[in-house]
Amino acid sequence: MALKFSNSASARFTGALMLEFRPMRIVEKRQLMSAAEIDRTLQRVAHEIVEKSGGTKHLALIGIRRRGVPLAKRIAQAMRGIDGVDVPVGTLDITLYRDDLSKVAPQAVLQSSEIPFEVEGMDLVLVDDVLYTGRTIRAAMNGLFDLGRPRRVSLCVLIDRGHREMPIEAQYIGRVVQTSDTEIIEVRLREIDNEERVVLVDRVE
Amino acid sequence: MSYRFRDLLALEPLSAAEISFLLDQSKPFQEIQRHPLKKLATLRGKTVALAFFENSTRTRISFNTAASRLGADTMNLQAEASSLKKGETLLDTAFNLNAMKPDCLVMRHFSSGAADYVARHLDIPVVNAGDGTHEHPSQGLLDALTIRDRKGTIENLNVTILGDLSHSRVARSNIHLLGKFGCRFTLCGPAMWVPQELEEIAPGTPIRSVYKIEEALEDADVIIMLRVQTERQHEASISANDYIHGYQLNAERLKRAKPDALVLHPGPMNRGIEITPDVADGPQSCVLEQVTNGVAVRMAILYLLVAGEQATHPAASEPVAHNRRATDRAQQNNEPPEPVPQKRNS
Repeated sequence: MALKFSNSASARFTGALMLEFRPMRIVEKRQLMSAAEIDRTLQRVAHEIVEKSGGTKHLALIGIRRRGVPLAKRIAQAMRGIDGVDVPVGTLDITLYRDDLSKVAPQAVLQSSEIPFEVEGMDLVLVDDVLYTGRTIRAAMNGLFDLGRPRRVSLCVLIDRGHREMPIEAQYIGRVVQTSDTEIIEVRLREIDNEERVVLVDRVE
Repeated sequence: MSYRFRDLLALEPLSAAEISFLLDQSKPFQEIQRHPLKKLATLRGKTVALAFFENSTRTRISFNTAASRLGADTMNLQAEASSLKKGETLLDTAFNLNAMKPDCLVMRHFSSGAADYVARHLDIPVVNAGDGTHEHPSQGLLDALTIRDRKGTIENLNVTILGDLSHSRVARSNIHLLGKFGCRFTLCGPAMWVPQELEEIAPGTPIRSVYKIEEALEDADVIIMLRVQTERQHEASISANDYIHGYQLNAERLKRAKPDALVLHPGPMNRGIEITPDVADGPQSCVLEQVTNGVAVRMAILYLLVAGEQATHPAASEPVAHNRRATDRAQQNNEPPEPVPQKRNS
């Protein structure tokens, strides 16, 4: 009745445990933004969004996990200083909407999306740290439209580094940076990384 | 944290951390149940085979819904229509299904250990949707998720399981899962339905059997009802009237449990037999949340087993158990698969 199976003998493991990456060195090339510059840029972007949207009515920000989330919250805070209004902020995890799930590491860990307001008829601003291929934004829009039909969706990024693979552009840009394919832009934010700056790093094999 | 197995056959071998991970991964899918558009494209192009050698309505529909909401297609094999009736062995049926190249097999079978047996011979992930009187892992997970949502925790609770325990794989999965989180169990039902050996199935977990419902409900945080399984009664039985008199959960008896005690039932309920309608529909009842959570949990299971699946598994051409395991071991020790270059800032 009380059946026992020799689980250790039959259990099959995934390949997830044994993924090994080739040794690769990451070299920091230069700093692109200091803490003060990040702050000034977000203030400026907040003004631009309010101005172009003609106020904060119907406006909501959606931060893309992970670093888009603290950025969206900071922009909302800046808007409060401009208009005295609390702009709603949501959080979007795009893992389920990616087009490369089977190609990246197995079992991409899911996080919750929290969008505590109706998107129907809203002016939504997606917020992310770096705009690169555009695939993240495509995925984010797919996720967003499962929630309803916003009136308008625009995009705000701290850094636009080029190399687009999709017809996607940002309306609000902190800074445009020319990069090569091997370079990586690391946005480090105090909420996540315990430091506050943007650096350009390079991969050396 | 991640899930290290390729299949989901039982909850017994999983660690508390792995179970918490599975429950956490179900959260985003709970959210998706609330979206106006519930269909994802995450598993587009993948196929999930559903083989139910034993009848099931709810679990099959739940897995089917989970697969289609993830964007996967399903193949359905059902007991009545299957060639099992024509004398085909379980393994032959499994090989034939597998030859149609599904990416995952979800199976229910009337024999304990059937899913484990099939998994040893297939190269695709196998999900046990109930095997005989052994386990029903997705039910255990959805129950835990429901309890965690309502109570905020699944740790150190007094859990009473009520009904026909001798035939219940649901009870076993519940004990194995909640036992890892320090829960204490009281099993209750007519004596012939509460086998003594159940007290020993999870060493380290306090499990006691009592035969009086009033005593069993005392101080309970969670009450898990089990269906009176009329189709499984082979020998000893009890009349409906005697059962109602001795073991029916009604409002009066429920007062003996803690005031915020939860009532769970895996369904289908026999209203008026094991549970009264006022309890089944009352504020302490979680039965419909269980059903909603079932889809979320099963989406998480399919996502974890199918989405990350890489084409690194050995060919299915060696359907012998010891070869299969030897290959697994070799893989773990010294054959890391080609790493996929990751594009960052994407």
